Amino acid sequence: MAKESNFKNMTLTLFVVTLLASASLGFVYSFTKGPIENAQNAKINGAISLVLPDFDNTPAAESFTREIDGGLLTFYPASKGGEPVGMAIQTFTKNGFSGQIDLMVGFLPDGSIHAIEVINHKETPGLGDKMESGKSDFNVQFKGKNPKDFKLSVTKDGGDVDAITASTISSRAYCDAVERAYNAFVKEGGAK
Amino acid sequence: MSQLTNFTKGFVKENPVFVLLLGMCPTLGTTTSAVNGLGMGLATTFVLVMANVVISLVKNVIPAKVRIPSYIVIIASFVTMVDLSMAGFLPALHAQLGLFIPLIVVNCIVLGRAEAFASKNTVGSSLIDGLGMGLGFSFALTLLGAVRELLGSGKVFGLSIYPDTYGMLVFILAPGAFIALGYLTAIMNRLAKK
Repeated sequence: MAKESNFKNMTLTLFVVTLLASASLGFVYSFTKGPIENAQNAKINGAISLVLPDFDNTPAAESFTREIDGGLLTFYPASKGGEPVGMAIQTFTKNGFSGQIDLMVGFLPDGSIHAIEVINHKETPGLGDKMESGKSDFNVQFKGKNPKDFKLSVTKDGGDVDAITASTISSRAYCDAVERAYNAFVKEGGAK
Repeated sequence: MSQLTNFTKGFVKENPVFVLLLGMCPTLGTTTSAVNGLGMGLATTFVLVMANVVISLVKNVIPAKVRIPSYIVIIASFVTMVDLSMAGFLPALHAQLGLFIPLIVVNCIVLGRAEAFASKNTVGSSLIDGLGMGLGFSFALTLLGAVRELLGSGKVFGLSIYPDTYGMLVFILAPGAFIALGYLTAIMNRLAKK
């Protein structure tokens, strides 16, 4: 501790400290790079298989993206035996109670919603996070509905969606993301 | 000071949250559930222990005038290691804690122990001090998380105690964090005085 500070030893010390720090971080980064990518891919692939009926292709390999409303939508076409069975669309909304929400919406070839999974959100635990499947029945009401005759907004706004109690903003944002996915789905000409 | 009191002071006498009132930002921000509190506490414990050990090792070669920048670089490196490892191996917990993991860098407990303890004591004592302080911090965060989870959503560690429709939502939100922390601090100080 009681070491004399002069220009030379201060520069040298900081140089050595930062050099060692960056070297060790580089090592940890290369070591965790694989697992981080795997975890993210597993999350996306898990969501795709949850929102679509059985398929035998690799939707992630055939995916394509479109830029809509200042964000990117990723399309994952699914097929079985060459026949299209649906399309998973990773969609987003920026209207969440605490920022962006990313959803994976699965559409059947006729345009109806098969299922929806939440990929990322920062909504309030205990309130807005009830949008996650399994935490409440909120996302179940979308299953099998065709947005053509199922208005994607909360009942308070004249729509057909029952909002989560005390989380109208999160529910509205959720509908906004699903609607964005549906519009893009129609624009792309349905499941190919 | 014996090694035992070095270790136990972090829990009661110098508990970082209830007595020193340090590191309030992660304390209030991450304790929406007991699991989140525990995860945040253990991540901080790792950084505290590693930073304390390394700093007590290098304390004699670092010139006094550049000790703070050096300590911050050392602490930030360990925090980034925790951040990367958590993203890779515990993605669910990492998603929950989000921004608060990188924020361990500016947690006053970590720099506080480095400056006040590790830079003046041996490696062994610093290790025990870091462990005691870190576990005391984890204990406080887990307790606060459990209280908020129980009152707010009727669960403890995800186990349902009563239906969550009877939960008081305010305890999950920010104001509940302040209320719960205030009462817990009062109770802990009453107990510590006896």
